[in-house]
Amino acid sequence: MADISANFLGIKSPNPYWLASAPPTDKKINVLRAFEAGWGGVVWKTLGSQVKNVSSRYSAVNFNGARVMGFNNIELISDRPLDINLKEIKEVLKEFPDRAMIVSLMADNDKQSWHELIKKVEDTGAHGFELNFGCPHGMTERGMGAAVGQDPEIAKMVVEWVMEAAHIPVITKLTPNVHSVVPTGKAVVQAGTNALSLINTIQSVTGIDLDTFVPNPYVAGKSVFGGYCGPAVKPIALKFLATISQNEITNKVPISGIGGISTWKDAVEFMLLGASNVQVCTAAMKHGFRIIEDLCEGLNNYMDEKGFKTIYDFIGRSVPTLTHWEDLDINYHHVANINQNKCIHCGLCYIACEDTSHQSISITKGNPYNTYAIKEEECVGCNLCQLMCPVTDCITMVEHRVAPEYLNWKDFQAQGLPLNDH
Amino acid sequence: MAIQNNRLSEKDYAENFSDIHPPFENKEAALVEANRCIFCYDAPCTKSCPTSINIPKFIKQITTDNIKGSAHTIFISNIFGGGCSRVCPVEKLCEGACVYNLLHEQPIEIAKLQRWSTQPAIENKWKLFERKMHTPSGKGGKVAIVGAGPAGLSCAHVLSREGIDVTVFEKESKGGGLMTYGIAAYKVTPKFCQDEVDFIISLGGIEIKYDHSLGKDVTLADLQKNYNAVYLGMGVGLANQLNIPGEELEGVEDAISFIYDIRSKGYPNVSVGEKVVVIGMGMTAIDAATQAKRLGAKEVTMVYRRSEAEKNCTQVELDIAMLDGCKIQWLAAPVAIAGENARPDDPVGRGKVTALICDVMKLGAPDFSGKPAPIKTGETITIECDMVIKATGQSPFMELVEQNGLENNKGKIVVKEKAITNIKGVFAGGDAVNGGKEVVDAVQAGKDGAAAILQFLSRQDA
Repeated sequence: MADISANFLGIKSPNPYWLASAPPTDKKINVLRAFEAGWGGVVWKTLGSQVKNVSSRYSAVNFNGARVMGFNNIELISDRPLDINLKEIKEVLKEFPDRAMIVSLMADNDKQSWHELIKKVEDTGAHGFELNFGCPHGMTERGMGAAVGQDPEIAKMVVEWVMEAAHIPVITKLTPNVHSVVPTGKAVVQAGTNALSLINTIQSVTGIDLDTFVPNPYVAGKSVFGGYCGPAVKPIALKFLATISQNEITNKVPISGIGGISTWKDAVEFMLLGASNVQVCTAAMKHGFRIIEDLCEGLNNYMDEKGFKTIYDFIGRSVPTLTHWEDLDINYHHVANINQNKCIHCGLCYIACEDTSHQSISITKGNPYNTYAIKEEECVGCNLCQLMCPVTDCITMVEHRVAPEYLNWKDFQAQGLPLNDH
Repeated sequence: MAIQNNRLSEKDYAENFSDIHPPFENKEAALVEANRCIFCYDAPCTKSCPTSINIPKFIKQITTDNIKGSAHTIFISNIFGGGCSRVCPVEKLCEGACVYNLLHEQPIEIAKLQRWSTQPAIENKWKLFERKMHTPSGKGGKVAIVGAGPAGLSCAHVLSREGIDVTVFEKESKGGGLMTYGIAAYKVTPKFCQDEVDFIISLGGIEIKYDHSLGKDVTLADLQKNYNAVYLGMGVGLANQLNIPGEELEGVEDAISFIYDIRSKGYPNVSVGEKVVVIGMGMTAIDAATQAKRLGAKEVTMVYRRSEAEKNCTQVELDIAMLDGCKIQWLAAPVAIAGENARPDDPVGRGKVTALICDVMKLGAPDFSGKPAPIKTGETITIECDMVIKATGQSPFMELVEQNGLENNKGKIVVKEKAITNIKGVFAGGDAVNGGKEVVDAVQAGKDGAAAILQFLSRQDA
């Protein structure tokens, strides 16, 4: 059995799964249930400024009959009294001392407010802070949340205030509503944050009611941009994470990965790109806390199969494999191969290639089943057919190197080799 | 033993004749199934449909909440798409070709999805088609069609869409042909058949003259004189004669008349024997056997001269009969029907049927049909019964066809290019040409007929 426990800035948890700062972590009753189910830690829903919520608050994007491919919210930070939150945090810490208790913070935009808030929360015995510089709605209009995270100078200033007062580790949570998360990441690391977490939600319009013409979620005939999350945002989150892992200033601090993590496989991917642990929200909001069982069991079995003893054996392992386009090997080539014994003659590879790619698949009409074959000399190895094929391992990509040696774009150009020759 | 009606309670009749393939109960169920479809290109299901319905497209349209579009996709290829979703032997057509079969998974429930899209269209008479204001030549045209069955109405619908005025002459008092009169009631209800015909003619431009029989109430010569073209889609008649002794005994019935009675008289009014033998193993034989059982017959035996491998019905149909408790007597060829008072010197006797006598057969080399020929073993068996239902294929309207000078093959009208008869301006299709196939085949024949007529009319105009 592999050891899946995690140690994030000295904060220990039996597994690397924290529940992200959100409705699932906004009160004792939820958090106790989460810990009973087995979650490694929580980031308590953001405390700080005074707010008032609206109804409704959520909307979703479904895909081909599956619900909640993407999820969207316009809820604000905690709207419960601060004293009750603090009391409950203390009580949970007493019942589950082995779990990570991080508290998300978003104070009004002045030093004194931050210092007062930090003092009060530290008194609960919480293990760390997460600074909410990412909330994309409601708070930004008041100069908080993403408004802080989008401006490296302001973010740096706030982190400096926080670091003056904090005695426990500080994680700064970054907004993805920027062209790059690196400038703010660098600024807050230089300001002293102990760790980073990303991503927060992405501003979105999830859909429009075709009868009322009002986008969702619906609030009295109007809507606003919400924060998008769930499986749909995972690829974007992984990209942002990778840029933080690649930058030599931001990669000096641990990273807590967030963004559409629903399964142990998603979690492993985040860790491979440099996350020291992961935070989950939408998947739990869809299925409840019970998903922690497979998150742990799947991770454990994977690590056993790979021979990883601890999660630190593979964290960051994929970061060096993400390179620059001009460093890719132009002499690498592979072509598709259709296993005729597995083919079910659906024609999806053919029509994708014929209409939208390189016309590299031949069709031999049959009744009712056509036969499809790859025209190897035409195939550019784009993967499209393999991606569209509904049968596992029916289409495989077979390596056919152009030449044995590595040749990148810069060398290719330097040698004056032919361009636009396909 | 006796043949009698009213064997069951109202509740039993209702239960026995309820929909054998119930529809999806809700949208979610339909969506789950529709989303399973992988949207094949040049799809095997479409290629296996005689009317070439673009099945992946209509299923995709269910998933995009475009049910009107979905219904249109079905009806543009098959105006009987609603009825076909209930009666087609899909296991040997679209669903049988579904690529999921190759993964050893359940094929997409195409018929059920087709029903999902067509049902609201028929119930609410969605206006999915518009007639062209003018015929292709702009000169107008009138076409007479004989038979308001699948072939005739399919032909009529295509022609009317093209702006041609169509008059349909139907010998019965209702439209739909065998859909209305010749198929098991647990597959399509009389009300559904009526709704389907109403939906088809809601397009406009199609007038059905009921109780008009060709050769009696109207002649082919009249039609040729009064219309620009004539389409013959009158189907086939009663079941083939067995040509064995005892066929005239009381209790020997024709499967088509038996089913016709069930469909037109109401279940309690249809008499059925206590021990029934059905001769044949096609779809009509199954429909007769299962419905005899469902009307309250204690014992139903199906008799077929070849073995299970050569049966004409699909396995799904045979399973229905077997689940209904019908017995199957393979390799038995009827040689005589015995009646009351049968004696060694008068083996047939007279009056009411008491037994069917069959030769026990074995299979030999393939005959002209390509199937192994049944050969007598010399043994016979006697099956006690009080009712014999004949379902060994139907006879074409030989006399009618001959009298009108139509070139034919044993009564089946001979056509070239799918629909053109030997008489100029007279076209034919459906069972009257093929001798009796599926509803869906007749629908396609009607489309082929319409295409040939449109071409003919455009040449006339030129």
